[in-house]
Amino acid sequence: MVDLSVSLAGLELDNPVIPASGVFGYGQEYKDFYDINVLGSISVKGTTAEPRFGNPTPRIAECKEGMLNSVGLQNPGIAEVVGRCLPELKKIYRKKVILNVSGFSVDEYAYCAAAAEKADNVGIIEVNVSCPNVHDGGMAFGTKPENVLAVTRAVKKASTRPVFVKLSPNVTDITETALAAAEGGADGISLINTLVGMRIDLKTRRPVLAAKSGGFSGPAIFPIALRMVYQVFEAVKLPIMGIGGISSAEDVMEMMLAGATAVQVGAANLVSPTACRDIINDLPRVMKKYSVTKLSDIIGEAHK
Amino acid sequence: MEKIFKVVKNGPVADGVYEIVLRGDCALIKKPGQFVNVKIDGFYLRRPLSVCDASGDLLTLIYKVAGRGTEALAGIRAGAELSLLTGLGNGYDTSKCGSRPALIGGGVGVPPMYLLAKRLISEGKKPLVVLGFNKKSEVFYEERFKELGAEVRVAVLDGSYGIKGLVTDAVSDADGADYFFACGPEKMLKAVSDRLSCDGQLSFEKRMGCGFGACMGCSCKTKYGQKRICKEGPVLEKGEIIW
Repeated sequence: MVDLSVSLAGLELDNPVIPASGVFGYGQEYKDFYDINVLGSISVKGTTAEPRFGNPTPRIAECKEGMLNSVGLQNPGIAEVVGRCLPELKKIYRKKVILNVSGFSVDEYAYCAAAAEKADNVGIIEVNVSCPNVHDGGMAFGTKPENVLAVTRAVKKASTRPVFVKLSPNVTDITETALAAAEGGADGISLINTLVGMRIDLKTRRPVLAAKSGGFSGPAIFPIALRMVYQVFEAVKLPIMGIGGISSAEDVMEMMLAGATAVQVGAANLVSPTACRDIINDLPRVMKKYSVTKLSDIIGEAHK
Repeated sequence: MEKIFKVVKNGPVADGVYEIVLRGDCALIKKPGQFVNVKIDGFYLRRPLSVCDASGDLLTLIYKVAGRGTEALAGIRAGAELSLLTGLGNGYDTSKCGSRPALIGGGVGVPPMYLLAKRLISEGKKPLVVLGFNKKSEVFYEERFKELGAEVRVAVLDGSYGIKGLVTDAVSDADGADYFFACGPEKMLKAVSDRLSCDGQLSFEKRMGCGFGACMGCSCKTKYGQKRICKEGPVLEKGEIIW
């Protein structure tokens, strides 16, 4: 028998596989494909204080080994999420979830985190300081260490739950924002969010996305995410959720060797709705292949 | 649901337009106007294609070779296996129309009209089918609709065949349709909606990420709130559309 369990900032997970925010809604779309209770946890759709429609369409573009999205945080707003979406999710998923919150000001982040206190199935608050698809918010916070510090502090003050800060890769030095999150009192770091990219349609000779640019995700970004997780593991002594292009059990182990305690799977779910379940089912085989009996033993092992 | 289908045949039915027949589990396809999302080797995202026909374990899809993905799809031979997410989208609700509905399809908006015509005829209704194409070489399925017993009109933009002009030149209130079903480019849908005073259902196309409601890539605003084209659509009612 192999042991897949990990302990993430006090939260005991059966396994480290978590669907990433933005690809899993509030869980309902996947319940027809498989029993989502197999998941370690779920990071729900990025939630803001008010409901948002997001950006104009088209807001999806295909790339080699990945995709762009410029959805722009479409969500029903924190009141609806706490009042309806999270209770509905609780009916089909018995474990704790991760509430991803976003905002256009420090106060908005704190407001969302405080509102989530009423939701007893929220195990972690994930602060999205890195959405590339909203103006005046999201990534603007995530690229400046002083903003990351301020947002982290405010959310920590507003919430009793462990707080993870989700960092943007669209910076020169990822350790600067990681250190700022740590200084602000973060309980962990999630990385990476999407990289800013663009596609142009040869027929129309204009950008494919109505918003022109969007966030690049998928297997193509895995090496970048892995490198950044490796760097952040050395820079801060906080648990890490590794995110970026993970699509196989091998990717999960590689990300954990780089320093991730848990991982989030994003784009892979959109192509194969059972991706997370398939990865979880395949982990024991890959662990055996590489002589691992307890998965948590390999966290950060590449640094030794 | 993800299902594996086996290619029975795959070949052109008109200039740049292909028909692929697949064998597999079609049980989730309950209504005309639903779609499947097809994985093509070497391409990251799936390709959403509307269901043209589903009969027993045979599924027929029609696609236009538009980019490199559909080009690769056109090269797939009989015997190959494809992964499909099937039974996606809401589909057309045939309970809302009377005995004489107009079915209006433009280009690759024609395919879903086929299963719809079949369904309506089996319900004892007498559909008027109006098909629109750019030129004669792109016309497909005219005979197939006639074989079902439907009244068929073909409008061809350059006048090289059938009625010269757009689908809206081939149908009007004078035809006595009590309801319409349409699928095609958005401009056509708007023109049809303006042309016919009766109520109807229109199927929309949008760039999708997942096809099953998770990524919010294909959202639109309607009079009844935000909808996902892949989940609450692709069929919307005339009365709810914000043009």
